[in-house]
Amino acid sequence: MSGHDHDHHHHDHAHGHGHDHEHPRLSDLQLRVKALESLLVEKGLVDPAALDVFVDTYETKVGPRNGAAVVAKAWTDPAFKKQLLEDPSTTIKSFGFEGRQGEHMVVVENTETVHNLVVCTLCSCYPWPVLGLPPVWYKSAPYRSRAVSDPRGVLADFGTRLPDDVEIRVWDSTAEMRYLVLPARPTGTEGLSEADLADIVTRNSMIGVETVQYPPRREAAQ
Amino acid sequence: MSVPAVDIESLPRLPVDPDGPVFREPWEAQAFAIAIKLHETGLYTWNEWADALSGAIAAAQEEGDPDLGDTYYQHWLKALESLVLAKTDLTLEQLLKRKDAWDRAAQRAPHGEPILLPEDEAE
Repeated sequence: MSGHDHDHHHHDHAHGHGHDHEHPRLSDLQLRVKALESLLVEKGLVDPAALDVFVDTYETKVGPRNGAAVVAKAWTDPAFKKQLLEDPSTTIKSFGFEGRQGEHMVVVENTETVHNLVVCTLCSCYPWPVLGLPPVWYKSAPYRSRAVSDPRGVLADFGTRLPDDVEIRVWDSTAEMRYLVLPARPTGTEGLSEADLADIVTRNSMIGVETVQYPPRREAAQ
Repeated sequence: MSVPAVDIESLPRLPVDPDGPVFREPWEAQAFAIAIKLHETGLYTWNEWADALSGAIAAAQEEGDPDLGDTYYQHWLKALESLVLAKTDLTLEQLLKRKDAWDRAAQRAPHGEPILLPEDEAE
């Protein structure tokens, strides 16, 4: 490339000597992550195998299903529900879903008169242990600001319309405090098992942008 | 730093959550995992992380980023780099040099082969 074929440590940073056939196969962002990761691994600061396991956990093992299981149990077991509302962190932990950041969980219940909506106006704090990774829209500036200034408008965007006399409470997450909405159990589900109930609980309903529908409808894309 | 155009579709994609995309590209998941793992080792507190991340997001917004969520992990990575530089003895020069080495390794690697960093360029 540069003519200094024998000097393997040669770093001339000669950018702009473009050969048209040489397309970088990794993007700038990918390269930055690779540089960071490989140096941290060499320093012994991160374990590459643990990274892989971790990514896999969040991708496939954790997700809104954890939260849905908690909600379904609360719908069918009044004692559990009471415990969940009174001491959410411990109760969710007893379910086997443990927060990685030591954050406190707060569970807010939707009723006939109150609807709860969760946002993180600052960045994207999210109850990962129960809901997995946040959706892209949750992290977007429009959602972060409008959830506070125009919650009914945000709900309408998700196809959610509530009676005017229902109070909407918006909960702003922080690094220490994460919120999970306990949606209202829809009518017509009296005969469903706990597992079947968990299946109809959507991620969006646990963020509060939707209500749980029965029979279920497809979750809105946005 | 310019972002070269790459064919995103050709990159291996992690499985997505049935409820929606959780990562747009694999590097986002890697950056995510590194940040969590470093926190677990005690390199920084979660509050320090939240501060760095919201600082990176605010700085990008000031520079005109519409911040629609799709650039989120770019801010994440920036926050991660700045905390690592502040909290470890790694230097910016080391990061840039290593990035360069990966770039050259990537361009050398035959198509379809894993990209490996030659030992003489890892230091």
